[in-house]
Amino acid sequence: MSARRWVLAGLLLALAAVPPLAAWLNEPFYLDLLRRVMIFAIAAVSLNLILGYGGMVSFGHAAYLGIGAYAVGVLGYYGIDSGWLQWAVAIGASALVALAIGAISLRTSGIYFIMITLAFTQMLYYLGISIEEYGGDDGMRLKLRSQFAGLIDLDHPAAFYYLVLAILAASLLLVDRLVNSRFGLALQAARSNEARSRAIGFSPYPYRLAAFVIAGAMCGLAGALLVNHTAYLTPDFMNWTRSGELMFMVILGGVATSAGPLLGAAAFLLLEDFLSGTTLLPKAWLADHWQLYLGAILVLVVLFARRGLAGLIPGRHE
Amino acid sequence: MDLVLIAEQALNGLQLGVMLFLLAAGLTLVFGIMNLVNLAHGSLYMVGAYLSVAFTQWTGSWFAGAVLAFAGTLVVGMAVELVALRRLYERDHLAQVLATFGLILFFNELIAIVWGRSAIFSSFPDALAGHVAFPGGLVYPVYRLVIIGAGLAVAVLLWYVVQRTRLGMLIRAGASNRAMVAALGVNIRLLYTLVFGFGAALAGLAGVLAGPVYAVQPGMGEQILIQVFVVIVIGGIGSIRGAFLGALLVGMVDTLGRAFLKPMLATVLSAPAADTAGPALASMLIYVLMAVVLALRPEGLFPARGGA
Amino acid sequence: MNSPLLEVLGLHKSFGALVATDAVDFDVREGETHAVIGPNGAGKTTFIKQLAGELRPDAGRIRFAGEDITALPAPQRSHRGLARSFQITSIYPDFSALENVALAVQAHSGHSFRFWGRARADASLTGPALGFLKEVNLQDRAGTVAANLSHGEQRQLEIAMALATRPRLLLLDEPVAGMGAEESQRMVELLRTLKGEKTMVLVEHDMDAVFTLADRISVLVYGRIVATGAPAEIRANAEVQRAYLGEEA
Repeated sequence: MSARRWVLAGLLLALAAVPPLAAWLNEPFYLDLLRRVMIFAIAAVSLNLILGYGGMVSFGHAAYLGIGAYAVGVLGYYGIDSGWLQWAVAIGASALVALAIGAISLRTSGIYFIMITLAFTQMLYYLGISIEEYGGDDGMRLKLRSQFAGLIDLDHPAAFYYLVLAILAASLLLVDRLVNSRFGLALQAARSNEARSRAIGFSPYPYRLAAFVIAGAMCGLAGALLVNHTAYLTPDFMNWTRSGELMFMVILGGVATSAGPLLGAAAFLLLEDFLSGTTLLPKAWLADHWQLYLGAILVLVVLFARRGLAGLIPGRHE
Repeated sequence: MDLVLIAEQALNGLQLGVMLFLLAAGLTLVFGIMNLVNLAHGSLYMVGAYLSVAFTQWTGSWFAGAVLAFAGTLVVGMAVELVALRRLYERDHLAQVLATFGLILFFNELIAIVWGRSAIFSSFPDALAGHVAFPGGLVYPVYRLVIIGAGLAVAVLLWYVVQRTRLGMLIRAGASNRAMVAALGVNIRLLYTLVFGFGAALAGLAGVLAGPVYAVQPGMGEQILIQVFVVIVIGGIGSIRGAFLGALLVGMVDTLGRAFLKPMLATVLSAPAADTAGPALASMLIYVLMAVVLALRPEGLFPARGGA
Repeated sequence: MNSPLLEVLGLHKSFGALVATDAVDFDVREGETHAVIGPNGAGKTTFIKQLAGELRPDAGRIRFAGEDITALPAPQRSHRGLARSFQITSIYPDFSALENVALAVQAHSGHSFRFWGRARADASLTGPALGFLKEVNLQDRAGTVAANLSHGEQRQLEIAMALATRPRLLLLDEPVAGMGAEESQRMVELLRTLKGEKTMVLVEHDMDAVFTLADRISVLVYGRIVATGAPAEIRANAEVQRAYLGEEA
């Protein structure tokens, strides 16, 4: 196993140790924070599939966080609390929307593709805002977390935490198998050299579309987890700045690496937390305007730290 | 349908279209010639609006404020190009997207530090505060007519520069084949800086004009930027003509849609259904338009690039 | 088979006012090596791109094995038996030489919607891939990342990838471009072993290579074919000499 995979395994083990540790230190906040990190890591893993390995700069990935969240929220609104049904709809709806958006967007490339994916996400965002029934701009509270009839109680913080950890591990495994399969190689080849791929007989479109749908579905699940985590949803879940944040996590962690998404999500969210001053000593001059520093850091990372955090760990380019 | 209402909304659509054009023209040139995705273009628009408010207060005259703000935005734009964006020309789109996204966060927060987060409502300059009465009963604000006029004037000016001057020729050549222009020995760096400055100035102008009409607040750039993207995708990257026609189309569709879709739906659906569906569909209209255009012509309606 | 394997009729392509391909008629018989030569800017690469499906002609027809492929996209042409090497080396830089060829094998082993199983360790792909590397004498560099191969080795890799798609026709765009004397000789030797087995369209500047390999030569000048014939005829053709000595520096 390469050095990077050891690091990844280590991180997952460390994450598993958090609930008992947090309980012992009597700091439930850390459990909450790291659960949030893991949920975004799942979203980042899905984005890494299409962006890192597939080379598709999709600026609309946050849309699926929104769709997943709204699937849970809207069904709950109408009294359907079954987690099985809600999460199935979250995944299914996200897959369908990804199919629709991908089918159109993937016919374009380069700058067009970036702008189109962005535009479609904004369309969904505005749609979310305009539906007053589900809270419009303000969003709505989740009356009940997704119910799993005795199997697991999401209101129990540690139980929910371990569920998220399990899903994260499963996502990492799934993406790992995918990118190393024939499908994954065809996808990576299309990213590496599209003209060459076409010349040897690969049509990139079907593979890209399939990857797009898989990534959308996975992110939809992350959305369902997110809304259960916050117990509250707003159209902001699918705001384009959210998409930008997801992309930043992927690039910060290191594109097309297995450890990258988790490292990126952790670094980003912990940095955000640190800068907005919620855990550490109050830093008024830092806290209020943390976006200033975040923006500057983002620019600097992009300009000067190309291979991301995973690039700091020795290992073959995966 | 009330003809006066239609005429009024059509003029509003034209005004929005012209604003979108001012923003789209600069952005599409930067996309086409430098192959640079610049999300921070909206920030320049915002800078223009804020500088206009500040300079107007400082000088007491809207016109003086406008000129200073225009110049100020140009300076800010070129400074940003020199310091940050230059390094991005060689990088891939993902890097450009993220770096300029970082710039957006930075600028939004910078503005918020100086001016606060709440929206500023600036008033029309006195000289332009009146209304014009048209035959038929339409009464329309002078200021909005000025915006339309200014935008059309810029369109004519741009047409002239692009079609009739040497600089314009380089721009057209660069938009359709960047490598060739570099190979011809043209000072590429200078050309890039000029083009970027051009675009920044137009964005600043749009910001100056926007002040009294739209709310001036941090983040105002991003709201309109997405619409500008739609314009460029529809019009074709690198094409000023595409930007103009795309902008008018989008401006019209969006404005008329928001004004008339709900009442139109109300004739076939129940009132509460139309109440929900109307605004929801209206907000999606321009994206549907974009999807349709792309399905038929993936390169946009008037792409600048031809051949291979 | 009497009719040509590849038949081009009235092919025409212009970029604005520039006519790159001017009513070109061209044919290649099965087993033949047909070279296309011409001064710089004659439109040779544009021609190859149209044959390969990378560029759409404005007018004219391309027929391959009796089928009209003018509108067929490049990947489908590959599946019909057309393979191509690029003038400017185009390989997968971050994959190893073996993986490069294995991808070509994979592309022709049915669809790639297989989501499980590690493809890099799949013997049904790597076995044949190694075989094709052996054919071009690159088997010792199988594990090397393609970006780290020498220029000549990369061009050999391109040939291996083309062969891995089991083509009936090879479109070779300046295979010895940028190679030193020794490397060129090796490439020409390699192509000579393929001669007869594979049908080849060879675009080249290197006259030694052309006269060694070609059964027939067509001369392209300003997008038009000014002469077609056996090497000896072409060598003696006055118009061709004028085109070369007159135009080329």
